[in-house]
Amino acid sequence: MLRHLLIASFGAGIMYLVTSNISLFDNYQVGQIASFVVVLAGLSVLTGVNGQISLGHGAFMAVGAYTTALLMNHTQWNFVLELASAVGVAGVAGLLIGIPATRLKGPYLAGMTLLFALALPPIADKWPNTFGGDQGLTMTTPNAPGSLSPQEWLAWIQIGGALIVLVLLANLLRSRYGRTLRAVRDDEIAASLAGINVARTKVLAFVISAGCAGLAGAFLGLSTGVVNTGAFPLTLSIQLLAAMVLGGTGSLIGMVWGAILLVYLPQWSTSLSGHFNLGSGVSAYLATIIFGAVLIVAMIAAPHGVQGGLRWAWRRLPGSGSGVGGPAPGAPGAPIPVLTDE
Amino acid sequence: MSYRKGRSRGRWTRALVAGAMGITLASTVLSGTAGAASTPGVTSSSINIGATVPLTGPAAPGYSEIAPAMGALFSWVNAHGGVNGRKINYNYLDDGYNPANTATQTRKLVLQDNIFADVGSLGTPTQAAVQGFLNSQKVPQLFIESGCNCWSNPKFPESSGWQPPYTVEGKILGSYIKSTFAGKKVGYLFQADEFGQDFVKGLDRELPAASVVSRQTYDVATLAGPLSNQMAALKAAGAQVVAMATIPAATALAMLPAAVIGYSPQYVVSNVGADAPTVGPLLSAFAQKGGATAAQVAGVGGLLNGVITDAYFAPESNVSNPWVQVEKKLLAKYAPSLYAKAGLDGNTQYGIALAYTFVQALQAAGKNLTRAGLLAAIAKSGKSFVTPGLVPLSYSSSVHYGFQGAEVIKLSSTAPPAVTPSGSWIGGTAVSPVEVTNVGSGPVKKYTGKISAPPKSLSKTA
Repeated sequence: MLRHLLIASFGAGIMYLVTSNISLFDNYQVGQIASFVVVLAGLSVLTGVNGQISLGHGAFMAVGAYTTALLMNHTQWNFVLELASAVGVAGVAGLLIGIPATRLKGPYLAGMTLLFALALPPIADKWPNTFGGDQGLTMTTPNAPGSLSPQEWLAWIQIGGALIVLVLLANLLRSRYGRTLRAVRDDEIAASLAGINVARTKVLAFVISAGCAGLAGAFLGLSTGVVNTGAFPLTLSIQLLAAMVLGGTGSLIGMVWGAILLVYLPQWSTSLSGHFNLGSGVSAYLATIIFGAVLIVAMIAAPHGVQGGLRWAWRRLPGSGSGVGGPAPGAPGAPIPVLTDE
Repeated sequence: MSYRKGRSRGRWTRALVAGAMGITLASTVLSGTAGAASTPGVTSSSINIGATVPLTGPAAPGYSEIAPAMGALFSWVNAHGGVNGRKINYNYLDDGYNPANTATQTRKLVLQDNIFADVGSLGTPTQAAVQGFLNSQKVPQLFIESGCNCWSNPKFPESSGWQPPYTVEGKILGSYIKSTFAGKKVGYLFQADEFGQDFVKGLDRELPAASVVSRQTYDVATLAGPLSNQMAALKAAGAQVVAMATIPAATALAMLPAAVIGYSPQYVVSNVGADAPTVGPLLSAFAQKGGATAAQVAGVGGLLNGVITDAYFAPESNVSNPWVQVEKKLLAKYAPSLYAKAGLDGNTQYGIALAYTFVQALQAAGKNLTRAGLLAAIAKSGKSFVTPGLVPLSYSSSVHYGFQGAEVIKLSSTAPPAVTPSGSWIGGTAVSPVEVTNVGSGPVKKYTGKISAPPKSLSKTA
């Protein structure tokens, strides 16, 4: 839709301005935020819009990252094609997980996807010659055009990718598919009576969501220049879910808040523990502790996440202005209760 | 719907205009910035360097002392006017031994803090994760605290190791096993990564294949409890000698369950995981966690008695060694809290020696300090740098390994103990001459050269 494209180009303009005026390290972090926005947006569609839960999105990210890295190391493919393959292969992984997932709900689905997140890293460790063992595989970003610094160039690729994903997802949610996704979430029986193939819809949601995660994994691999299993631990999958809830389940723009938290929280907690001279036993877990605490506080103060809170504040604001604070595109009008199936 | 559309059209027009203005503004800003030609991280009065090390996580016990010990030596240098009038600012960040964190923290050091060089960063998987990045940014990745064979690679000219490559250690210990324990069955326990694999490569070069009866591994990422299965398998295979490439925590987690099942082979442990003042407290701590009685906990330090390992410095228990004396004084004065906590052990010794190597590299690079100049100076005069090492450094334009030799030592209750704040720990005595070799097929041979004494400037003023 035109509106989504306009918002995206506005976002691109802002990001252009931002990336050229911040330090190279900030560019690196902005790029990471964009990468996380991609996976969180996919997760938001799966959980918020379609009502399915996944604790295995870190593993889908690993699938995408390894796909791109393997292609980079063994073929001379076009860069865009290598990224598209990450989406494709992760999407196939999503299909494989999504099919049994149609029969599972709530905690059982969470358990199965959790198993996926746990089972994947040992596979990469099993064949060190293919997957590079602990050292992993290297990933290289194509040379930056002109005098652009590699960090800025990478940030642009990642931001561009995130904007494309957001536009596509926003359009999808406004389309017939978006309505079927929501209908299945709200009432499966009613949806099937209305002629919707419930199982196919649920699998579709998994495929889309896993594809997004795959792209995000490849993006993060580009950021660090290397892909190894250490970068996709189980805690990542859980943090993704928490960040999505914090951002505002079902919202797309809200995922930016979740992504910002994912990138900056570990740093804040490190400087915090340094500031208060906390022991290593505490500081190692401080980020996780703060994450949990923020989640609890947010669920009490703003049950629909940061984006839900902003929307609430917006509605109470006298008059209106312009900018990103407006109604989130593609977001369902009323925030959705999370993690309940019926 | 129609209401929202109408309202938003005006808003988005304005947004577009704003975006376009933004782009114009940004391009003016971009064209206005011109790069300065000076060396990053170097001013007339300072040099900023950084590192990523495990201050938390599985590799932190012991290893977290190295960077602060380096800091002590730099403080001594700074207190005496710095190098060519430049004071050294050493900024080390915690990566928890997780390569994903290393990637971020290293970018912070290079892109934000603008370091001149990455010096003394720790770990094989962690440093491998940033080797490409640091080389592409032309940032020297010096004296990596790991003996991976991967640091001396023409593809990565900015990278250099420092400690003996694990394959060199494996060859020296393997050759000792072959001659001393001829005919005995040997089992391996090694970390399932380059550290373990490179060490085993060295062992395999020396030991007859038929004598190796079992090869056990562990994954450092999931190292949480005793390595009971591995030790039971080594016992079942009848291994009389167990050669280990283990970090200190893994050494302790292997010896304890072995003792529980009454298995006491001859341990031969890589220098990485055999520092008694580091492993001893871990043995007690894990035994206590495992529910051992107070008497048992007090006795577990005895498990280290008779362990064979290798050393490339004089052991800290050798109190008459001039290097050991200087290092103690230096730590006590410039890192009193570290000295009170850890004393002089293998890790603090390592940190001081590595930092001193870097200081000499700075001196050799001269007043007009550049990154390329620093690397050239190491390649040219690295062999003559003064270190507490038993063999000289072997840097050249093609060799980016540091020490390539060691002596075999035996921990023994009759040797003078190593006394640190955590207690008195078993000391070691040499059981072989100092030997040198290389990572390839070169023979293990006796080193006959001299061992350098600490320079006067250090022994006088530290």
